[in-house]
Amino acid sequence: MKHINGSTKISVEGLNLYYGPKIALKEIGIRIPSNKVTALIGPSGCGKSTFLRTLNRMNDLIDGVRIDGDVHIDDVNIYDRSVDVVELRKRVGMIFQKSNPFPKSIYDNVAYGPRINGIRERARLDEIVESTLKRAAIWDEVKDDLRKSALALSGGQQQRLCIARALAVDPEVLLMDEPASALDPIATAKIEELIYELKENYTIVIVTHNMQQAARVSDHTAFFYMGELIEFGETKKIFTTPEKRQTEEYITGRFG
Amino acid sequence: MHRVLALESENLYFRHIVRSQIGSAMQRHFFQELEALKNSIIRMGSLVEQAVAEAMRAFSERSAPLAQQVIGREQEVNAIELANDNAVVDLLALQQPVASDLRLILATLKINNDLERIGDHAVNLAESAISYCGRAPLALQTDIPRMAQVTIQMLRDAIDAFIHTNTATARGVLNNDDLMDALNRKTVNDLANVIRTQPGSVEQALELVRVSRNLERIADLATNIAEEVIFVAEAHSVKHNVEKDLPKS
Repeated sequence: MKHINGSTKISVEGLNLYYGPKIALKEIGIRIPSNKVTALIGPSGCGKSTFLRTLNRMNDLIDGVRIDGDVHIDDVNIYDRSVDVVELRKRVGMIFQKSNPFPKSIYDNVAYGPRINGIRERARLDEIVESTLKRAAIWDEVKDDLRKSALALSGGQQQRLCIARALAVDPEVLLMDEPASALDPIATAKIEELIYELKENYTIVIVTHNMQQAARVSDHTAFFYMGELIEFGETKKIFTTPEKRQTEEYITGRFG
Repeated sequence: MHRVLALESENLYFRHIVRSQIGSAMQRHFFQELEALKNSIIRMGSLVEQAVAEAMRAFSERSAPLAQQVIGREQEVNAIELANDNAVVDLLALQQPVASDLRLILATLKINNDLERIGDHAVNLAESAISYCGRAPLALQTDIPRMAQVTIQMLRDAIDAFIHTNTATARGVLNNDDLMDALNRKTVNDLANVIRTQPGSVEQALELVRVSRNLERIADLATNIAEEVIFVAEAHSVKHNVEKDLPKS
């Protein structure tokens, strides 16, 4: 079990994940701290995205996946039979590499989740849409045109809208799978700035291939390799004096 | 057993992917630039080591032409210093190095500066040699030849430690720093006596004080280089005698 001081939001122990006969995650143990940004890094195929998806049970949707071990968010074992997966995904929002707004207006994208959760009152929805778009740092850019199609926004704006959509249902954890890899440097900087601000209220876990991004935005970094968690520690330590040789070789580009 | 076998075959698969992904042309380019920077520092080190040794030989052989040669070669060291500074800026700006690469580049920046200053001290020594060999030599037997020997050895070891990232050699350099401080103090005291008692030898004695002081400074800079080598290898600072202050385990 690799852990960091401070309060823990997500506690993973003895997690194994198999795609059919193939093991993709092996004996993962990690405690992800509350209200911090944790970056998952490692070469393609190392298991970092698979691990991210175990945190809101997205892997359940894939045929032939078998999971054993414990994943606790606060005190709840999310793989317990009694857990309602829809409820879980409300608590654990997800942002993907490619922004995927619904083909609806900006307003309806953000109001979608709250409406499903039974909020109908117009004034209440207006309030949620505004506060959420503000938290996602996109309000000023769209406030005069909330009825415009979300698909008319730029890539960076769409991604921030997707973050707003995730925030609208009031999650506690945000999972981000390479959220800025399709964006230009300015849009990327806005997303990174947003991540930095959001950690005050959310626990964020981000997968990134961009190591400078991991170093810039995260408080803690976990290095995965061949399905194993090799090292987990403060980002400052991982990028200056990692303890494991494999980590050093990966971050300095000497792998293999 | 079955699971272990399955894992091993998978490892081979993953290794193949990883090898083909990494070691790209960009990365090779970075390692080549880093290697070139390191080689440039090594060349600079050998030039200043030669400069110090020849300045002291000019001194003992009372050879003004040899001392002039040392002064004339300073520009080469200065040019290398500037080129190294630029190479460091490029590497930092364009490659964003981390961990041991970052430490090596930071250390290189400091060592570059240390070596340039050693080059300046070598010029000071050469100028003192020219001034001293124009006058009658002092009757006093000073520790300056010994100081020169220790200093040149420290410098040689510091550069050697850098070339091989050898912390044992680097620590050997650190251990000689106190000896050089003591020799400098003793030499200055001896020369102060000469100044007090032999008014006709004041100029020569003052020149030797300068030589002693310059050698002590060179030894100090060699110590800095050795400290940087330890920083590169062990990722912690040993400056300001922090190791001596640590409790013995």
